[in-house]
Amino acid sequence: MKTERLNEFFIEKGLFITAIFSILIILTIFAFIVMESIPAFQEYGFFHFLFGMDWAPGDYKFGVFAMVIGSIFVTFLALIMAVPLSLLCAIFMEEVAPYKVKIFLKPVIQTLSGIPSVVYGFFGLTVLVPIVRNSFGGTGFSVFTAALILAVMVLPTIISVSQDAIKAVPQEYKEASFGLGSTHWQTIRHIIFPAALPGIITAIILGIGRAIGETLAVIMVAGNVVQIPGSIFEPVRTLTTNIALEMGYATGLHYNALFGTAVILFIIIILLLAIANYIQNKYGMEIGGGTL
Amino acid sequence: MKIEAKNLNVSFGESHILKNINMKIPKNSVTALIGPSGCGKSTFIRSINRMNDLIPSFQHDGEILLDGVDVYDSKIDVVNLRKQVGMVFQKPNPFPKSIFENVAYGLRIHGEVDEEYIEKTVEESLKSAAIWDEVKDKLNNSAMGLSGGQQQRLCIARTIAVSPRVILMDEPCSALDPISTLKIEDLIHRLKDEYTIVMVTHNMQQATRVSEFTSFFLNGEIIESNRTDQLFVNPKEKKTEEYITGRFG
Amino acid sequence: MNFRRLWSPQTSQKIMNVIFTLSGLFTLLILAIILGYILIRGLPAINFEFIFTNPIDSGKSGGILPMIISSLYVTAIAALIATPLGVGAAIYMTEFAENQKLIKFIRFGAETLASIPSIIFGLFGLAFFVVFLNLGWSILSGGLVLALMAFPTIFQVSEVTLSSIPSTYKEGSYGLGATKLQTIFSVVLPAAIPGIITGVILAITRAISEAAAVMYAVGSALSIPISLFDPGRPLPLHLYVLATEGVSLENAYGTAAVLVIIVLILTVGTNYIVERYQMKIMGI
Repeated sequence: MKTERLNEFFIEKGLFITAIFSILIILTIFAFIVMESIPAFQEYGFFHFLFGMDWAPGDYKFGVFAMVIGSIFVTFLALIMAVPLSLLCAIFMEEVAPYKVKIFLKPVIQTLSGIPSVVYGFFGLTVLVPIVRNSFGGTGFSVFTAALILAVMVLPTIISVSQDAIKAVPQEYKEASFGLGSTHWQTIRHIIFPAALPGIITAIILGIGRAIGETLAVIMVAGNVVQIPGSIFEPVRTLTTNIALEMGYATGLHYNALFGTAVILFIIIILLLAIANYIQNKYGMEIGGGTL
Repeated sequence: MKIEAKNLNVSFGESHILKNINMKIPKNSVTALIGPSGCGKSTFIRSINRMNDLIPSFQHDGEILLDGVDVYDSKIDVVNLRKQVGMVFQKPNPFPKSIFENVAYGLRIHGEVDEEYIEKTVEESLKSAAIWDEVKDKLNNSAMGLSGGQQQRLCIARTIAVSPRVILMDEPCSALDPISTLKIEDLIHRLKDEYTIVMVTHNMQQATRVSEFTSFFLNGEIIESNRTDQLFVNPKEKKTEEYITGRFG
Repeated sequence: MNFRRLWSPQTSQKIMNVIFTLSGLFTLLILAIILGYILIRGLPAINFEFIFTNPIDSGKSGGILPMIISSLYVTAIAALIATPLGVGAAIYMTEFAENQKLIKFIRFGAETLASIPSIIFGLFGLAFFVVFLNLGWSILSGGLVLALMAFPTIFQVSEVTLSSIPSTYKEGSYGLGATKLQTIFSVVLPAAIPGIITGVILAITRAISEAAAVMYAVGSALSIPISLFDPGRPLPLHLYVLATEGVSLENAYGTAAVLVIIVLILTVGTNYIVERYQMKIMGI
């Protein structure tokens, strides 16, 4: 009996370590990324790095501001395209569609989320870039093309998290609204949507996180020129693509500056998560599958 | 007759919930439906305002006449029907909005835009529901902050605000404490001058206190309908007698 | 009453129903176009030779056998490492953890880990596994990076599954005098197996699709990796190189189609298990 107790003790401790594994890994990742980036921040200055306009590793110029703006620009445009469609589709699946249609659409959303990002990028490269080039001029590698591909990639995230939020609206609210003679649409607009709003906002934040973190799909269609794009049809470089493009050959301070780029990205993601978590706690929601 | 059910049968998928229901409900009266859990009394009142339509497997035959017109007639618009036949639910279910907006909701969805009229109607409805004095200073507070009894009276005010002709109540007091229950019962007494009220209750004392007519449901059938004072004092059916004297259920 | 309204609520209802239905159809259309395009262009490139031979001339012609083996290799390592860790963590959360704050904190940790962009995992893999631990550009480094990414998925799905095991099972076991460990290993875990498998397949789907996280950890070799310390080139990475360096569009289509088919099979497999055992699995 005593050995049994002892076993239980050790197994519990062992399992505890697996449970805090995520936290250990996050701390290790953060430590390594920061450690490798410190020389760049020291040499170049953190604010100079963050707000500097010039990125010319050959001349030891490491300003990532254009990439920060690029990431925000591409993400913002992608969300403008993805949010309305995602919300309509989530409401359709949860409220309007007959059961059979809903069951049919679920694996469609899952497959959209399962397609590898390189395949999205490849599709963008071979299909969207020529279409954009022929319709709007320029090279076709642009903010718009990147946003278009990202919009498709964040659809499943926003749809499935909003769907959970809509599903969680108490049936009693709906009954009360129908009982007063509301149409279904009035009930959706005035009762279900406001009640699900915190969850929907969380869904959108998670979508933002996915879009801002995406790398290869963007690389393949964005043109990757370091500049603050003057229009949505000009090429752009984001924080993620900056890292992936140059890591292969970077050495010295350039190597450190790419880790510095990752630190900025890391901070943005943590901020987004903190906001999502705050909303979740404030409104006491439980969200399934809520990851960026 | 305000409401008349003729050979009404209701089933959900395979299960036959209501069997050949025939019932007459006079205007401006309170009718209580009693019976053990699962006997079909809630299904019956939810058939009157067609709330059962929300359940995909719902099927029915027979008729429910409201002022002589079948509510299941294809020409009937279910949205208008529910405006005329208000409903108060078992569990108070205010919207997560302010007290004022809860009552104003029905008016707004039915197209009312005159704010003055809305304000006046909200006040009148809250007064009729005997909750005005308790909430008049905090109309903009969330309805979720009210006690269960207050919430239920707010839900009644919300129902009254769209001026229905009939109010259905599905065990409106089952989630409430005795004092709140008495307040709601008082309210029902006063409302019957203007409305036809059909209420489901588990509580036989409540049925005797507030209703003029009572129907006893058992296993999806009406065993007996009569004036309340008759039914409880002098039941004609053996099963009714057994139920009201507490031998089963 | 005052009315000011262009059309009746019933008309709005009809208009909105059309808009909702169109949005559902549009989403379906997006998937159909992407899958259709990749499969129509890619399937003709796929034949026995393409799957089972080595690439010739950096992938200009020839097949993708080393890439398939690399993909299977790194994904298997990721699953083998992440599954015991993820399931262990889930057991701790559902059977041992009592402190609500700790539970929330651990969940937040897993969410955060799952939300870190793959390129950051890529950098970490380079700095930590390749350089710091001196594992070099290798299948092992790539597999380890993917294991870190797979962990939160397996953990989250397992936790949901374990917490949905009816407490009557446990009570029955305790009632027979079983200890906590006996109950966990002989009653709770077996009942949770379908859910855990679903979680593992979901994690595998992501791992096998991942390129950015492994691009600076696994190397870029064109030969078949034999040992754990050999470099490799998983399928997504191969597609990326073929497409961006303009090596061969035809082989790029073929590789993309192979990836899409793998993902489709895995998704159908997950759904089959979920449906068969009627599980409630969160999100995707």
